[in-house]
Amino acid sequence: MTPLLDIRDLRLSFKLWSGPVDVLHGISLTIARGERVALVGESGSGKSVTARLILGLIQDLPGARVSGSLQFDGQDLTRLPPKARHALRGTAMSMIFQDPTSSLNPVLPIARQFREVLARATPGISRDEAHTRAAAALHEVAITESDRVLNSYPFQLSGGMNQRVMIAMALANRPKLLVADEPGTALDVTVQAQTLALMHDLVTDHGTAVLFISHNLGVVREFADRTYVIYRGRIVETGPTAAVFADPRHAYTRALMAAQPRLTSAGLPDIPERDPAFNDPMEVHP
Amino acid sequence: MILRLANLGKTFQTGPHTVTALADVTLDVTQGECLAVVGESGSGKSTLANLILGLFPPTTGTLTFDGHPLPAARTLAHRRAIQLVQQNPASALNPRRSVAASIRLPLDVHSIGTPAQRTTTVASLLADVGLDPSLANRAPSALSGGQRQRVAIARALACDPRLIVLDEPTSALDVLVQAQVLRLLDDLRRARGLTYIFITHDLAVVRAIATRVAVFHKGRLVEEGTTDAIFAAPRAAYTRALIAAVPVITEEEKTMRDRLARGAA
Repeated sequence: MTPLLDIRDLRLSFKLWSGPVDVLHGISLTIARGERVALVGESGSGKSVTARLILGLIQDLPGARVSGSLQFDGQDLTRLPPKARHALRGTAMSMIFQDPTSSLNPVLPIARQFREVLARATPGISRDEAHTRAAAALHEVAITESDRVLNSYPFQLSGGMNQRVMIAMALANRPKLLVADEPGTALDVTVQAQTLALMHDLVTDHGTAVLFISHNLGVVREFADRTYVIYRGRIVETGPTAAVFADPRHAYTRALMAAQPRLTSAGLPDIPERDPAFNDPMEVHP
Repeated sequence: MILRLANLGKTFQTGPHTVTALADVTLDVTQGECLAVVGESGSGKSTLANLILGLFPPTTGTLTFDGHPLPAARTLAHRRAIQLVQQNPASALNPRRSVAASIRLPLDVHSIGTPAQRTTTVASLLADVGLDPSLANRAPSALSGGQRQRVAIARALACDPRLIVLDEPTSALDVLVQAQVLRLLDDLRRARGLTYIFITHDLAVVRAIATRVAVFHKGRLVEEGTTDAIFAAPRAAYTRALIAAVPVITEEEKTMRDRLARGAA
């Protein structure tokens, strides 16, 4: 079966006054239907631009040069006209951002924002129907007092509650692909653990594929079926999550693992040096 | 004993409501230790930091520094002795001021040394935190996150403090950079005999750097002990809940986390 998302040799550069800057050096990545895939790397590695390319948010920026192919559900996203790309967002694919409170519109109540989301897939949806469907969607993310939440503004809700509202919105139109960029990083650790567990169960129930973008190795290990490690615009290691974590083979992946403080070891973690071996060819786990 | 908090409490009045941010905290901080203050939002850990820094006075209780009560209006000497490193180095540094000027400012404010000596001090502070001298005249925007945090640390060290409050100093950094900054902080503490109050929610970082741990929940101190004791057998239910939420990267770590979270001895 063809994958839901098939990225081949994707390259991105920006033309700046000082000359072109290469951001992605040919990355290839696939996500099967219903699969949870993580893209893990540090800031500046290119993980967030990859997410934005998939959502079609970068192609039309002035100075951006994109090459390679981005097949989503049988369509080539690099060739799609802007209008068609726009139609996919919020319907066939959706996104969750890092900070839920700043991703929601502060001057509109949740109900109004929810209706906008539902209207992406059901144009002209009535206020009552939107309310009923929003309440059902909130129920899925374990929000029982849906009326109070729908009538609230984002600043009246806690960060954890806003994150759950975001998850409910992102999944409301039953997208085939959910792109989650550092979800929950802005939340308390216990709330983050709860929301990730909730998201995990929901996408499993709905068969939604997820591209999970994170710098947090531990969170990736608990969430994803398969993992890609990205360093400076190149994928350096990929394989089933369990295999990558049990037997990291690339120098960069090993460095990341070594630098991570652990509950099991008292004392400071290693300080891996930036190593030329970080640029070694990709390691692939079967 | 460098700092003693006795029955410390802080309430805020917001309209008709009284919010208790911190309630009846008694805690001793020993010279030279790295005390981790652990908790989530609303735990009172930031209120505690602000009370120690003297940004507002406590509602109840007292703070004693070096055997003397800390007044609500801090003297210059107190402000020199207790310094702060914030979470986000990007917003902690003045974007219009060069690295050298940021580090120099506390020296000017506290009239430490002659102007020529201050220039030398800035250069040696840059070296102490592992920054290349060529960065001295750069703006913070030209630096990486890790370099900016080193600048913030150098600035905190400028007036030779005794105690530094570190408010989530590595949570905005990438994991490789975090490892470097943790090492730097640990080296500085040992070399200069500094005392740290290290505020964090990351228990793996606590295990790496802290000598003692104080866990806060809803404004109360719920557990306190040496790092080894806490990670051998956490007693408070809330400490165990925090441990249960730690994302782990190996099976061995997962086994340990789950055992601690259950509270089985």
